[in-house]
Amino acid sequence: MAPNGFRRFASDGRLITVALFLPPALLLFTFFVTLPLFDAAGYAGYNWSGYGEPEQWVGTRNFEQMAGHSVFQQSLWNTLKVIGVSLFIQIPLAMTLALLIASKTWSNTVFRLIFFMPFIMAEIATGLMWSFFFDGDYGVTAMLGRVFSMDPIYPLSDRTWAMPVILFVIVWKYFGFHMMIFIAALQSIPEDLTEAAQIDGATPFQIARRIKIPLLKPAIAVSIFFSIIGSLQLFDLIVPMTGGGPSNSTHTIVTYLYTFGIVRLKVGFGSAVGIVLFVMCVAFAFLYQRTVMRPEAE
Amino acid sequence: MANRSVGANPVNVTMRWVVLMCMAAMILVPIIAAILGGFKTTGELRVEPFSIPDTWHTEFYGEILLDSSFWKYLGNSLFIATMTVLITIIVASMAAFVFSHIKFFGSTYIMSYLLLGLMFPFAAAIIPLFLKVRDIGLLDSHWGVILPQAAFGLGFATLLFKTFFDEMPKELFEAATLEGCSYIRFFVRFTMPLSTPIIATVSVFVFVGSWNNYLLPLVVLNDREMFPWTLGMMQFRGEYIVEWNRILAFVSLTLAPAVAFFLVAQKYIVAGLTGGSLKG
Repeated sequence: MAPNGFRRFASDGRLITVALFLPPALLLFTFFVTLPLFDAAGYAGYNWSGYGEPEQWVGTRNFEQMAGHSVFQQSLWNTLKVIGVSLFIQIPLAMTLALLIASKTWSNTVFRLIFFMPFIMAEIATGLMWSFFFDGDYGVTAMLGRVFSMDPIYPLSDRTWAMPVILFVIVWKYFGFHMMIFIAALQSIPEDLTEAAQIDGATPFQIARRIKIPLLKPAIAVSIFFSIIGSLQLFDLIVPMTGGGPSNSTHTIVTYLYTFGIVRLKVGFGSAVGIVLFVMCVAFAFLYQRTVMRPEAE
Repeated sequence: MANRSVGANPVNVTMRWVVLMCMAAMILVPIIAAILGGFKTTGELRVEPFSIPDTWHTEFYGEILLDSSFWKYLGNSLFIATMTVLITIIVASMAAFVFSHIKFFGSTYIMSYLLLGLMFPFAAAIIPLFLKVRDIGLLDSHWGVILPQAAFGLGFATLLFKTFFDEMPKELFEAATLEGCSYIRFFVRFTMPLSTPIIATVSVFVFVGSWNNYLLPLVVLNDREMFPWTLGMMQFRGEYIVEWNRILAFVSLTLAPAVAFFLVAQKYIVAGLTGGSLKG
């Protein structure tokens, strides 16, 4: 900037505004977001309990240990399952419902509120509520057990059933969020477009498939983005339902980080898990924005 | 639209209603059963999880409502959420104001730096964050939850504020500066009062995020006196592990404020989902 320009910048009050208004955000963000992430990268090479100075340098051993740990591999696999269910069950369900209730009528508003309600509930409360219904002594499974006079089933303490139950609760909790994204997008589709198609004799199904869904592409891209980022960070919902059990079969990356890093005070190892999670999220976000979300930028 | 066109075919109309009613039941039945469950004895709950209670036992709800620690948990959550909202709003709106009105060398880079926070997973940094909070002596303090929450919410809040500020009429700003109004005065006297819709949207999102947060307080807070309700609820569950009626009563009591808040604030929640553009 030319000296003249700078003098004007200083004298018309812009300099003082910048000097007063930017630092709070920058300091807060740097101290609590950026620095901890750099620290995590630094700690990941140590075997350290978090007290005193990190001294015992172990190189990449934390990463090797993690990669070789069957529970970590299971947690990655579980995360993939969550992503799969989000993409292939949750988003289609959300879109179907959005198409059914996008128009502004009184009854649609009520349905919209109902479907969105699980999203507003805390994960902890949702998980606790559902662990009641899937408790083999109470709830749905107990009823089924009695009706078919079987032994009580405890799906959440069963290695085969715990994960499907969690996946079900995930869809229950989050489909309303995606539905809202689709409804917002549907409401921005000009009405003359659908009216014209109607006059030409198109059935509602044809209008949905040929006009509305293609126009929903940007919304679908956003929805997929949130699904995947959210799946990678799933934690709160798992804790009250299984806490990662039975026998470590339902861990996600974050419950794994919590159980094997924080609870056991292995700061180096936990940081290494954190770095892996960080790299996965950021790499995905960058790639996704470069490729899929690109056309939306116009 | 969809309605009228579907209306042509009675089979479609029926199908549509069946699908919608089934989905609504999937959502409402568990919630209502949980609320009713708090009025039953464990014996009745075991046999009839979904029925109307035979006799309405109010003592389980009553005991929680009369328990001072329940209110302490809610009070702690309220304090943490309110402070997080205030700090996020003030800090993010100031930064967004600069990005929107003052162009200088590097401003877009600084903006992108803050926006990186949008994709940083909070959990990835949780251990170093714990150590940071410990080293500055904020463990077992509400501020140890508030400040990191505000920091991680900054990217999102700054983005929404900047989008909103950019859409405000430029003439207003030009006229004010011609009259000799300083940037800071303009921000306080005009920008903020005209930004109530976006302030509301950001507040609702930050508030709900903080109110429901579990991982950060779990790591930062050890003292039960400081617990927000999410930690308190897990504590309560640990104490009454076999008494589902008490746990359901507790869950239901925490659902009530969430649902009430949602009904009041839903306009702003929907606005936030559509990128801060508020219509009507």
